[in-house]
Amino acid sequence: MAEPATRSAPVPLYSWAAVGLPLGLFAWLCSFVPEVSAGESRHWEVQWLPQHDIALSFFVDGLSLLFALLITGIGTLIFLYAAEYMRGAPHIGRFTVFLTAFMLSMLGIVLSEDLITLFIAWELTGVTSFLLIGYRHEDATSRRSAWQALMVTGAGGLAMLAGFVLLGEAAGTYSLREILADRGALAADHRYHWILALVLAGAFTKSAQFPFHFWLPNAMAAPTPVSAYLHSATMVKAGVFLLARMAPVLGGTEAWTATLVTVGAITTVHSAVVALTRRDLKQVLAYTTVMALGACVLFLGVPTQTIEGDVSAAAAAAMCLVLVHALYKAALFMAAGAIEHSTGTRDLRLLGGIGKRMRWISAGIVLACLSMAGLPPTIGFVGKEALYSSASAAPSGTVALVAIFLASALIGTVALVLAGPLLWGRLTEAAARAKPAPWQLWCGPAILGAAGIVAGLAAGPTFGALVLPAAASVGELPEHFVPSLWHGLGPALLLSMATWGLAALVFWKRRAVARVVSSSLSIIPLTGDSAYDKVMHGIAASALGLTAVLQSGVHRRYVATVFASLALVLATTLVVRDAIHVPELVPEASFFEWMLGGLIAASALTVIFTRSRLLAIGSIGVVGTAASLIFLLFGAPDVAMAQLMVETLVVVIVAIVLLRLPSFHYEIRQNRFRRFRDAVVATAVGAATSLVVLAVITDPPQRSLTEYFERTAVPGGHGRNIVNVILVEFRALDTLGEITVLFLAGSAVCALIQRRSRYRRLGSLVAAGKASATATDPELSQR
Amino acid sequence: MNTLILKETARLLFVLILLFSLSALLRGHNQVGGGFVGGLIASIACSLYVFVADAADVRRLLRADPLRIAAAGLSLAILSGVVGMYSQGSSFLTGVWVEVLGIKVGTPLLFDCGVYLVVVGAVLTFVLEAKEPVVPASGDSRSAGRE
Repeated sequence: MAEPATRSAPVPLYSWAAVGLPLGLFAWLCSFVPEVSAGESRHWEVQWLPQHDIALSFFVDGLSLLFALLITGIGTLIFLYAAEYMRGAPHIGRFTVFLTAFMLSMLGIVLSEDLITLFIAWELTGVTSFLLIGYRHEDATSRRSAWQALMVTGAGGLAMLAGFVLLGEAAGTYSLREILADRGALAADHRYHWILALVLAGAFTKSAQFPFHFWLPNAMAAPTPVSAYLHSATMVKAGVFLLARMAPVLGGTEAWTATLVTVGAITTVHSAVVALTRRDLKQVLAYTTVMALGACVLFLGVPTQTIEGDVSAAAAAAMCLVLVHALYKAALFMAAGAIEHSTGTRDLRLLGGIGKRMRWISAGIVLACLSMAGLPPTIGFVGKEALYSSASAAPSGTVALVAIFLASALIGTVALVLAGPLLWGRLTEAAARAKPAPWQLWCGPAILGAAGIVAGLAAGPTFGALVLPAAASVGELPEHFVPSLWHGLGPALLLSMATWGLAALVFWKRRAVARVVSSSLSIIPLTGDSAYDKVMHGIAASALGLTAVLQSGVHRRYVATVFASLALVLATTLVVRDAIHVPELVPEASFFEWMLGGLIAASALTVIFTRSRLLAIGSIGVVGTAASLIFLLFGAPDVAMAQLMVETLVVVIVAIVLLRLPSFHYEIRQNRFRRFRDAVVATAVGAATSLVVLAVITDPPQRSLTEYFERTAVPGGHGRNIVNVILVEFRALDTLGEITVLFLAGSAVCALIQRRSRYRRLGSLVAAGKASATATDPELSQR
Repeated sequence: MNTLILKETARLLFVLILLFSLSALLRGHNQVGGGFVGGLIASIACSLYVFVADAADVRRLLRADPLRIAAAGLSLAILSGVVGMYSQGSSFLTGVWVEVLGIKVGTPLLFDCGVYLVVVGAVLTFVLEAKEPVVPASGDSRSAGRE
């Protein structure tokens, strides 16, 4: 999949202008560093929904500042890179808008002070990432990947919202600062396990933790700037951010530790192993990303107490890993994109000796790989030492130690593959075509690679300014935690050396290892990806099945369903309320009332037994008319009049419709079961309605409303017809709603039969040519 | 259905019923009637006409698409509610009354006219759509030679 690259096309001005936004934000955020590293925090608030205690409020503390600086800093380089990379591609404007929107939503996540604001920003990143992954929407793979990312992270996001609501209820506020100030209170709440499970569901899906990891490698269908930005440095870190943010209130319990350590360990080892078997450069990088995310989760889960009872440095190690990973992975992704841009492929088997052609890119890759392998003097080395020392100091840290050791060794192998054969191997045909990349493409990898070295050499200031303030927001810090390049010959250094040894060994035997791993992985029958397909297919199939049952298209069945439900609801209410009131057998009634009752009964029987459609319609009309006469007898002329008109119209409309249909007594006699069913439904509705009416009239009517309207109709409504005054004055808004519904029903009828207007025009054209047709159509005969 | 007697009677009745519907609309505020009932009566008048004449004939008589009549009615009802908002500064749908030549006229009357038009428009939409010949079937057979 080569990028559409037209070198002659100019870079639009807005692509350049877009670089200014992250750069400006980066500079602005940098100005908070001294304040925040001193332990302060800033807070802004705009009232939004005060009645629901929801505000658009933002704050900057150590944790949000670290993430915000990564988002804007790497964002600046990515925007610069994307301007050149997307040159000549279709819809660059759209792309730039999506990318900018994504960056702002991502900043929204990390800076939110309110849980609901955080959730909205979280979902916005999901939507913008959907748009960015599906940028090449002509491609079916892109579309599928975009859907998959949206479905998986969106489902997790909804679970998270449920968790947030529970959290807000339990804490009594949606304000993060207030929640965080009350450490340890939530763990005692009886809803704690629900909150934990739901919030973790959101974090794990977003950060591609096993078993939800599959969407991230698939999301590599996105253009490379998107992969570099969303799927390495920022969006996938949102889950890690959430865990870090929630660690002070949700963390520290057994459930937290067990879940995070298990999921993190499985994710990190599993993805590091899979990364070895991939041959697509971006796929390799994607799996190493999942590995790093797993490691972050793992170390956020490591207990905060050491064996000696001191505070563990696991939080600082995790935060350092976030920084390290963002720096080297964004660099590697950008370099991978530049290589693909230049050679047209990203298959590792077809690429070799790139270093002889693309020097600046190669420099960036080498620097990034040093950090990735954790070699001194990079920040990656410092980070790995911190991981090892905190894991070995923590109680039950053995799992974490083994997992991070294996994963680091395998990632070291990947780094060797990238820095070795890819750059300095035998020059392949594809690589020989490569031309040096323009400066916009190489400056990102070079700057980020160099930043890894600088940060490593100046480990103390880096930690002091960025990592330790962030870790302080996550948990307490050990008192004498002094990060530096050289800790002396301790267990951590020995472990590092063992890691490099294992990495070299695996690199040496990498083909055999890849073969073994591939064959053993293929034994697993169900992968996350195929499970996703099965679930989606299941949803579609069940929707089809349900639609087939509910939407049979047979009007009789709809009517039967509606009336059966009505009868059921009424009967249930009667039974539950104990309101069944058995009437006297021979009620008192006047001669007129007896007459009308008899008329109604006779007409209803006629409807049931007649074989003539016209007679049936007419009899229904008689039922309605007799009912309206009853209204008149009891002194409700307005209701009676409306009822009479409606009955007349119904007869007219039904007559018009039914006269066009084929004879219906075939259908009606066809099926004994159906007739029986209809009889049951009709009887049930009739009985239930009658019983409800009887129950209603057992209580004396409430006079208060009537009296109010009688008193106020003339002075307030200037009318003596109370019904009408209610309709157009007191309850005019209800009437407005009703006529709106009426209007919509008319529009719906028009829309349903709209095809006819098209045919009518066609028909009139036809009729104009045929005199015989005009006899039935006076309008057309005049044309 | 198309007997001469019915046709001529319908023509006469159409006018009479329509006049009756207008009187029901106008007197509605004080006596039995109102926009809803008036609208129903007017639609019955039109439906009667639909029976003896053709749907196209009725459309020509109306001079406007029935759905447009309904839309006009809905707009009139909403506008009548806005009047009170601006002239008196009170809430939506507050009645405003003025006396013209000794007769009290108010925005509720406008509102009622809106209801009337919506009812007529919507019911006529149903009736005309139901009444109009299903052209595809007949059109296809007629046009077999032309297409």
